[in-house]
Amino acid sequence: MISRVLAAGLLAGLLAGLAIAVLQAFTTTPLILEAESFEGGHGHDHAQSLTAASALLQHAVLKTAANGAALIEIHSAEDAGMWMPEDGLERTVFTSIANVGTAIGFALVLLAGMLLAGDRITETTAIGWAAAGFVATGLSPSLGLSPELPGMPAADLVSRQAWWLATALCTAAALWLILRSEHGWAKALGVLVLLAPHIWGAPHLEGHAESAVPAHLAAQFTGASLAVHASLWALSGFFVGFWWRRLAPASA
Amino acid sequence: MNTHLDNSIANRGTLTSERSGVLAAAGLALALGLSLVFTTGFAHPSALHNAAHDTRHALGFPCH
Repeated sequence: MISRVLAAGLLAGLLAGLAIAVLQAFTTTPLILEAESFEGGHGHDHAQSLTAASALLQHAVLKTAANGAALIEIHSAEDAGMWMPEDGLERTVFTSIANVGTAIGFALVLLAGMLLAGDRITETTAIGWAAAGFVATGLSPSLGLSPELPGMPAADLVSRQAWWLATALCTAAALWLILRSEHGWAKALGVLVLLAPHIWGAPHLEGHAESAVPAHLAAQFTGASLAVHASLWALSGFFVGFWWRRLAPASA
Repeated sequence: MNTHLDNSIANRGTLTSERSGVLAAAGLALALGLSLVFTTGFAHPSALHNAAHDTRHALGFPCH
């Protein structure tokens, strides 16, 4: 049983993650790269603006003159020695690995939920669960915290992460109560739990902070992000059902 | 395991083990799955953040 769960989760996540990496390369990633070109002066990850680039180049040249080191100082000048993947193939590879990791995670959570609920696991039922997963981790959190591009101002990271996690958990619990409970009062409680994190409110900066990123890019990105997120869940669900059925133990 | 119990339902692609085995497998899958999503989506070490940067943004996980 355990090996079947792990194998189905790994295979489903691998296929879904790789497929979504291709989708991202044509949808969200170009927008992220474009947004980073507006990020100059932040000293932020992957900043690519002309001003930032020329400042870094100046820094690298100075370094070269001072200690004979080559241009390898460029990244450490910006990020105090933090490793980051090089733009291009390396960055794409790491993004794909992160996608596969997330998709395996989604697939395993999906399998866990369906096993605990005692549901039959097929492509169709798993996609139904995946839809609920998308509402919990994609749609509901996006109401409070829109998917953000690099360079957009936002409140403290830890408080946003805490709100996101609480919202995802509340939404998942609420969906269970609403969709799977027999009792009216439990469904009503589910609606309350669904609304609670939004009534509490997501952490936001005071007032209207200026964003370096143009509004049309941010709007495009929010839509693209939700579509990518939904596709990742849907494909994870489909492949969970697919592999679960094919990995059934041979019966006598 | 316990094939005598579930041969009849295995062909339909449904649960194939007794309840405790199912619970153990589900618990393990849940723990592993949540750990993976936490690592790719939320963990703070900068190397992890930078490697998973574009994925975090693309999926709407809070980043930066």
